[in-house]
Amino acid sequence: MTVSVRIDQASVEATDLPLMSVRSVSKFYGQRIGCADVDFDIWPGEVLAIVGESGSGKTTLLNCISTRLTPTAGTVSYRMRDGEMRDLYGLGEAERRLLLRTDWGFVHQNPADGLRMTVSAGANVGERLMAVGDRHYGKIRATATDWLGRVEIDADRIDDQPRAFSGGMRQRLQIARNLVTAPRLVFMDEPTGGLDVSVQARLLDLLRGLVHDLGLAVIIVTHDLAVARLLSHRMMVMKDGRVIEHGLTDRLLDDPQAPYTQLLVSSILQV
Amino acid sequence: MNAHTQVSNYNFAYLDEQTKRMIRRAILKAIAVPGYQVPFASREMPMPYGWGTGGVQVTASILGPDDVLKVIDQGADDTTNAVSIRKFFQKVAGVETTTSTEDATIIQTRHRIPEAPLQEDQILVYQVPIPEPLRFLEPRETETRKMHALEEYGLMHVKLYEDIAKNGHIATTYAYPVKVEGRYVMDPSPTPKFDNPKMHMSPALQLFGAGREKRIYAVPPHTEVISLDFEDHPFEVQRFDKPCALCGAEQVYLDEVVLDDRGGRMFVCSDTHHCESRQAAGHRGEMSGEVLS
Amino acid sequence: MYVAVKGGEAAIDNAHRLLADRRRGDRSVPALTLDQITEQLAIGVDRVMSEGSLYDRRLAALAMKQARGDLIEAIFLVRAYRTTLPRFGHSEPVDTGAMLIERRVSACYKDLPGGQLLGPTFDYTHRLLDEDLEGDPQVETGLQRGGIQEPVMRVADILDQEGLIEDDGAIDPALEPGDINQTPTEFPMSRAMRLQSLSRGDEGFLLALGYSTQRGYARSHPFVGEIRIGEVDVDVFMPELGFAVPVGRIQVTECQMVNQFKGSAKAPPQFTRGYGLVFGQSERKAMAMSLCDRALRAEELGEDLVAPPQDQEFVLSHCDNVQATGFVEHLKLPHYVDFQAELGLVRTMRAEYEQCTGEAVLETREAAE
Repeated sequence: MTVSVRIDQASVEATDLPLMSVRSVSKFYGQRIGCADVDFDIWPGEVLAIVGESGSGKTTLLNCISTRLTPTAGTVSYRMRDGEMRDLYGLGEAERRLLLRTDWGFVHQNPADGLRMTVSAGANVGERLMAVGDRHYGKIRATATDWLGRVEIDADRIDDQPRAFSGGMRQRLQIARNLVTAPRLVFMDEPTGGLDVSVQARLLDLLRGLVHDLGLAVIIVTHDLAVARLLSHRMMVMKDGRVIEHGLTDRLLDDPQAPYTQLLVSSILQV
Repeated sequence: MNAHTQVSNYNFAYLDEQTKRMIRRAILKAIAVPGYQVPFASREMPMPYGWGTGGVQVTASILGPDDVLKVIDQGADDTTNAVSIRKFFQKVAGVETTTSTEDATIIQTRHRIPEAPLQEDQILVYQVPIPEPLRFLEPRETETRKMHALEEYGLMHVKLYEDIAKNGHIATTYAYPVKVEGRYVMDPSPTPKFDNPKMHMSPALQLFGAGREKRIYAVPPHTEVISLDFEDHPFEVQRFDKPCALCGAEQVYLDEVVLDDRGGRMFVCSDTHHCESRQAAGHRGEMSGEVLS
Repeated sequence: MYVAVKGGEAAIDNAHRLLADRRRGDRSVPALTLDQITEQLAIGVDRVMSEGSLYDRRLAALAMKQARGDLIEAIFLVRAYRTTLPRFGHSEPVDTGAMLIERRVSACYKDLPGGQLLGPTFDYTHRLLDEDLEGDPQVETGLQRGGIQEPVMRVADILDQEGLIEDDGAIDPALEPGDINQTPTEFPMSRAMRLQSLSRGDEGFLLALGYSTQRGYARSHPFVGEIRIGEVDVDVFMPELGFAVPVGRIQVTECQMVNQFKGSAKAPPQFTRGYGLVFGQSERKAMAMSLCDRALRAEELGEDLVAPPQDQEFVLSHCDNVQATGFVEHLKLPHYVDFQAELGLVRTMRAEYEQCTGEAVLETREAAE
């Protein structure tokens, strides 16, 4: 089925080596700072939350490390499936695109940005498989059905277009579409933004389960500390384009060091 | 009209030699990279864009005084546009023309491949309206060229997948996409998919000209041309329930002819030369005695 | 020495005088007659009638002469005249099925009842300049199919017999057709009103939009079901008489575009129609119109709105060339006052910018020291 891209993960999943290393990444828009001097590593199977208010530079950072935006300075290197560490901006376009549609996932805040709204749910999930060479309709469909089940979408909706889906269903479909090629790293940009509270809770629950079962590494951008607390192992707090605090999620939320983080935590997590 | 003195102002086969050389270079490149769309500086032609200007430019560039030209449209030699293009080359190149597939050295076609198998010394020139097979999935040229360059053809199969999911089978009937020599996905021009297998390993050289879109592409002789499909939903061609009503031919592509306003219809060969030569050889269909109203 | 601008009135008078002079051109060349224009530039005349929304060849010819061959200017003249005419009422729908056809072609069927009739078309001419036309060569009389002219069935009706094409839509006798001249533009616009707008819309604009649908921006898989050109009766219902009477005949071009349609939640799979009807012989316009009409039906048919030709507001607000030329050309009118305000603003911003960068340069220099 998807064997062509499912390379033996055990061999490269040496957890003592980072999956991605970000060094001194900065992005300037003219004189304005998008983000500045960001350093971090992420290890396989780890969930890192980048939190901050809107305008803090978290989405700029996410775009810089996912090749959607070229940083002004700094390096981003990624451990390919063969174990070699490669500079993302030294990759050819073909390699970069292959990475984007096999080894990575990107979950957009607005599902319409990540889905093909005019093709069926089945084809949305199957597209990545076809892109890497699957040519058996029945098998593609079976895999799509399986994935719809895993994201709690009824199998009889497989031929419906996402336009006919609720916001929560669209978001779950987007997740299935991204995970079908068993990526090792998934970027998420406010995946629960724009959803009702009850729908958010269900989606978070589902995401937590999938991330755990699949051993995914996730970099998630959110302004919602509750989302960060539920999903992430580590957190980075950003303000004005800079990282002002970085640490294990539990530690950071229980014992924030930076005054700004203290303010954030006290204002949001009172309940 | 004093056609002769007028036409003497134009070069052999209308185009000037510089232009022909430019087009021949594009053709050579196209042959070297089968299925790849080579941009070329398409010229204004004395017929409108969309009426075969690409095919006419290709034909004009490869035509020599000794060539024998056949022009078909929808398979027929007598359709207005085929007549018009044939007359054009008679006038501007003075070459011999024919309706016989076997006797032609160059066959310019719109929408069909002749039924009679082509030979090694023949060239089939297709008129192409939209050369880009990905166009209706992605309208932007910058993006489709990148998709070809990176061999990103997943989207093409998404379309076929949708066809099967909706209709139980692939619902593309003409301009059915093919993969050439295992590399480029190519639009065979709006020929019915019935004709796709004829392109595969054809001994003839196949050239495609798109004038308005300024592209030339080619399938060299003996080249693999595979229609896209799924392993469990293989490519299939159209079948007709009946043979040709005039010559009784089976396994040929048929045109529907409306006979009256009460729903009367008959089916006849779209390849008129094929039909006529069969009738001349004594083959008969169920309505071959009747006169067409 | 500086002289303030004055004397606009005299300048305008002089400009008009010069315009009239240039329009007439060399006096030793005979002046054009309206007959020459209607007879020999007939397709231009038809375009002016069509987009001028007034069926009168003589007035259209006059407008063309007056406009020095600038067709949009001529259309403008006709429109400006038309608006002064009283409105008596509206005609019954013209029956194009009963048309006495001069040309009729279908791309869907090779042969069909009534046959393909090429008529006076440029289609298969080779676009080679004919030097003979520098003079006035003898021209043979055209050959036309003999016999009695009788109505020829419409191709859409052939498909209709099998139920493969959508209904033409029954006309509600109580429904008053809208009139875009009488009603302010409001969106969404009914199809009848849209067709009126398209019929008088700019040929070039509709052509480009129709073309874009062929190239993938709201693709509609069109086939020319039929194009027919010929004369039809115009009937007007007379309340005093209790029935409709013919008030005249007009030449029209009709295009029925047949479009593939896979079906949607709102409609079964079937062929759908795009419709074009214009005054005179104007096939390009009728075809472009039918492509645009079909694209504008996207919402009605439950299709995705993905491209400008499907956007009512975009198409209908911009298709009128009299409006478009007016607004584009108005940019040459004086805008001194607004421009002066902008000038002040840019000067202020410029000063701020220079001050700012000046400081920045200074800062770097200090840092370097």
